[in-house]
Amino acid sequence: MTMATMLAAAIVFLVLNLAAGLVRVARGPSASDRMLAALLFGSTTVAVLLLLAEWTGQPALRDVALLFVLLAAVLSVAFVGLPRHVPEEDR
Amino acid sequence: MSVVEWVAAALLALGCGFYFAGTVGMLRFPDALCRLHALTKADNLGLLLVCSAMALQSQSLRVTLLLGIVWLFGLLASTVSAQLIARRAVDDHGECE
Repeated sequence: MTMATMLAAAIVFLVLNLAAGLVRVARGPSASDRMLAALLFGSTTVAVLLLLAEWTGQPALRDVALLFVLLAAVLSVAFVGLPRHVPEEDR
Repeated sequence: MSVVEWVAAALLALGCGFYFAGTVGMLRFPDALCRLHALTKADNLGLLLVCSAMALQSQSLRVTLLLGIVWLFGLLASTVSAQLIARRAVDDHGECE
């Protein structure tokens, strides 16, 4: 059981986790359930990128992970949208 | 594998277990707010464990600092996402469902 085998197994496991989470996104009765995809993808993809950086020996993928997590906050604002009910007197 | 690699492998396995727990919570909890709770907490902890495992494995100070920053920004991003999703869920359905 080498470290490379464990890394490969962990990568496959996390990608399967992503696929299983998409079931909720497809099925979830309300819109907020579908927005959970933003959170799920943000966290899991960063972990997969970090594991890939170690497994393939490409340290540049860590910088990609940092960029991704920096953009995830902005992505969530765009994906979730602003609150729907703006009070009349604030317009 | 040396001792450090065994510890890193153990942390990695634990981190994957927490990611799995978060996904199970996301699929099985009854309400959007409960699912949000499970996903945020478990995924943050899983990310911390995975970052620690990779920092140990790389045995370099620069990589450890970089992964620490990645984790901190991961906390920030998931906090922002969770707050926005929760506000949208409360707007749509009310607080108790």
